[in-house]
Amino acid sequence: MAELLQFAFSGLTVGAIYALVALGFTLIYNASDIINFAQGEFVMLGGMTTVFMAMAGIPLPLAALIAIAVTTGVGLALHRFAIEPARGASPVALIMITIGASVFLRGVAQIVFDKRFHSLPPLFGADPIQFGGAAILPQSLVVLAGAAVIVILLWLFVERTLLGKAVIATAANRLAARLIGVDTRRIVDFSFAVSAAIGAIAGILITPIALTSYDVGTLLALKGFAAAMLGGIGSPLGAVVGGLLIGMIEALCAGYLSSSYKDAAAFLIILVVLVAMPQGLFGLVKVERV
Amino acid sequence: MLILEADRLSITFGGVRAIDGVSISIASGQVFSLIGPNGSGKTTLLNLISGIYTPQDGSIRLAGETVTGFAPDQLARRGLSRTFQNLQIFSRMTVLENVMVGRHRHERTGILADMLHWPSVARQNESTRQAAGVALARVGLADAAERPAGSLDYGALKRLEIARALASEPKVLLLDEPAAGCNPVETQEIDRVIRSIVKQGITVVLVEHDMRLVMNISDRVHVLARGKTLAEGTPQQVRSNVEVIEAYLGVHGSQEAAHALD
Amino acid sequence: MNLRALIETRLLPAILVAAIVIILPMFFPSGYYYRIGALVFIFALAVVGLNLLMGFAGQVSLGHAGFLGIGAYSVAIGPAHFGAPSWLCLFAGALLSGAVAFVVGRPILKLKGHYLAIATLGFGLLIAIVLNNEAAWTGGPDGMNVPALTLFGWRVHGSDAWYWIAGATFVGGFLLALNLMESPTGRALQAIHDSEIAARVLGIDVARKKLTVFIISAMYASVAGSFLALFNGLVTPDVAGFLGSIELVAMVVLGGMGSIFGSLVGAAVLVVLPQVLTIFQEYEQALLGLIVMIFMIFLRQGIVPSATAALAGWRKC
Repeated sequence: MAELLQFAFSGLTVGAIYALVALGFTLIYNASDIINFAQGEFVMLGGMTTVFMAMAGIPLPLAALIAIAVTTGVGLALHRFAIEPARGASPVALIMITIGASVFLRGVAQIVFDKRFHSLPPLFGADPIQFGGAAILPQSLVVLAGAAVIVILLWLFVERTLLGKAVIATAANRLAARLIGVDTRRIVDFSFAVSAAIGAIAGILITPIALTSYDVGTLLALKGFAAAMLGGIGSPLGAVVGGLLIGMIEALCAGYLSSSYKDAAAFLIILVVLVAMPQGLFGLVKVERV
Repeated sequence: MLILEADRLSITFGGVRAIDGVSISIASGQVFSLIGPNGSGKTTLLNLISGIYTPQDGSIRLAGETVTGFAPDQLARRGLSRTFQNLQIFSRMTVLENVMVGRHRHERTGILADMLHWPSVARQNESTRQAAGVALARVGLADAAERPAGSLDYGALKRLEIARALASEPKVLLLDEPAAGCNPVETQEIDRVIRSIVKQGITVVLVEHDMRLVMNISDRVHVLARGKTLAEGTPQQVRSNVEVIEAYLGVHGSQEAAHALD
Repeated sequence: MNLRALIETRLLPAILVAAIVIILPMFFPSGYYYRIGALVFIFALAVVGLNLLMGFAGQVSLGHAGFLGIGAYSVAIGPAHFGAPSWLCLFAGALLSGAVAFVVGRPILKLKGHYLAIATLGFGLLIAIVLNNEAAWTGGPDGMNVPALTLFGWRVHGSDAWYWIAGATFVGGFLLALNLMESPTGRALQAIHDSEIAARVLGIDVARKKLTVFIISAMYASVAGSFLALFNGLVTPDVAGFLGSIELVAMVVLGGMGSIFGSLVGAAVLVVLPQVLTIFQEYEQALLGLIVMIFMIFLRQGIVPSATAALAGWRKC
């Protein structure tokens, strides 16, 4: 029982990160129909930039803020310089552009930072809390709380603000949104910026537990995407549920089956979902008219 | 002989009953026209008959065989072919190559033979090319054979699609608005092509808005409105049907129809 | 006369490519260049196969390095664990890749656009993970040694020998692909790319054709992977990794999707570039990403079609 609790907690923790990555995917997908493969790099940039800023002597809170700002800038640049010029390209072309961007960002990170693993000091110390026989890191709770706060803020934003409504409108029907005066380009800008920021925060929160390095982005992007697909691409609730589920499945797989194959769980899920239920758990089945 | 029969077809999209209990029976060699206002379900009905949509209710029989739910390629192999309202041209291939694809169901193909380019493949390529050329000539596009399909003008592309469908030697040919967007000269060309097809004995199912064309050429006319059958009969019967005239031909349309039959 | 005309138009690209393979070594300043040439032809072979799938039939595969890996490890595992001769393992690997492509392809080829892309990505990664984990069979992350190929008692080793083998095989693969284009299957594939629904309506079994070209492209990649392993004498799980798949796609895109000749160009650029920039090894990934982005944004047709179009336009002036 204690073992199960242990796995559950580590699963939920890493699942919270997948959920945030998946949320980032969903935000951009809803605003622009683009699957942003560079989503994982935002997480990497958040963690790595903070680490290197801190190493340069900048106090941690400031370093984190700078990292978030930098990553947000990268997200915006991605949209303005890589996606915008390719307006009207096929979905496959666009996804290849984001993959290219992801490889590019990894390559640059490799040069600007280094190829080693790095960590950050946890927010509330490293002593595990005992709970029901399981040892839980305080940072896990920080991650879960942080993710919850972000989800709630996003939800409030979408429900309560005009800009949030504009995002929903753009997601529902771009042309109609433009016709009623929504600047869709700005909305997509915004979605990229917010996704990047969310990714960066996720990266900063998880680094004390899972470490960071220049190439963590790829795997994260794929798992985040698996989560988004599992939950139903386009559904924010699905993204969160999907992320937590994948995190749990991974942890249980690592604990009870084989830890070297835990990464495979997410990819298997992608394949199964795509083939068996492409609309995911919460997605709507779209009927295509010829 | 009834070559195409549909019995109480229905299909719903997202809450809208696009086709509701429509039945048609078409005799071999006929020209059967489907008319009705935009949104009445004509293209949806064509899509049901050609296997692109599967009906949720009802059945379809082709030459006596039940083909409900068959995929388009299965229907093609049974002699059903069609053109598209919103042109589905293979724009990166030449005009001739487009029509050559139409010969596919008559070609024998095996991956190994194809990759090794056996003499039989080369011979077949040649005979396919010839048959395609014949089909092109029938629609008056023989001169454009080597041009990239994307470079043709709209009216020519419409005829290209017909040539391509003809190349498959169908028993039943569904034409989805072949004259849409065509000027009167192009429409006359299409008219001539359809007549030559009919003379060959091919059954034609025509969806059209051009009333003059429809009334001139059809053996039977079936009127759809909001997914349901409004009327069916000979062109004269339909054009003098008060309901049809009032609601769907409109004043202008009914005058056109009247002139066409003078 | 008729025969010559036929050869001249249809087989010209193949003759051109064969000429390149034969003439190129005359320009080699040193033996080292045989190695580069061999690598270019090996990758070009994989790219031809991928181009049939992507450029021709319009399907996307972001996990193709997985098949490269199957081929590569076949000639490592076969001799080491079964004592089988390398050439036999090469064929077995190709058959295995074909079989895997069949099993995986049937469900996922039904997917459209970016869903297919992600599915193939997931597949490629799964292969890489298996190769990485099953250390008892594959030697794990450190990989395995690959014994040299023995053909008719002659031990094939040395860059020049592999240059000719890879070159000849590439020309062969090139020719087969060229033949495919001028055949009912080839026309059907092109039709599927331009309008799947029209292709269906003309009697083409779209699912079957897509699967066929997927299997063929898998086998091309497998043979290339086997050659790579035999040439290098060593194989690691990286060969099947994500970056490898992206490199293959980049080669297709660079050379020109749908241009078989472009396959050679794309492979050449992306094999030669790291050699030229050996000092700047670190920049490889960044550059690869940049190339993919720039080409997908601005030069989506790739080098060869863009160049031919530019030449055609230029001649008109």
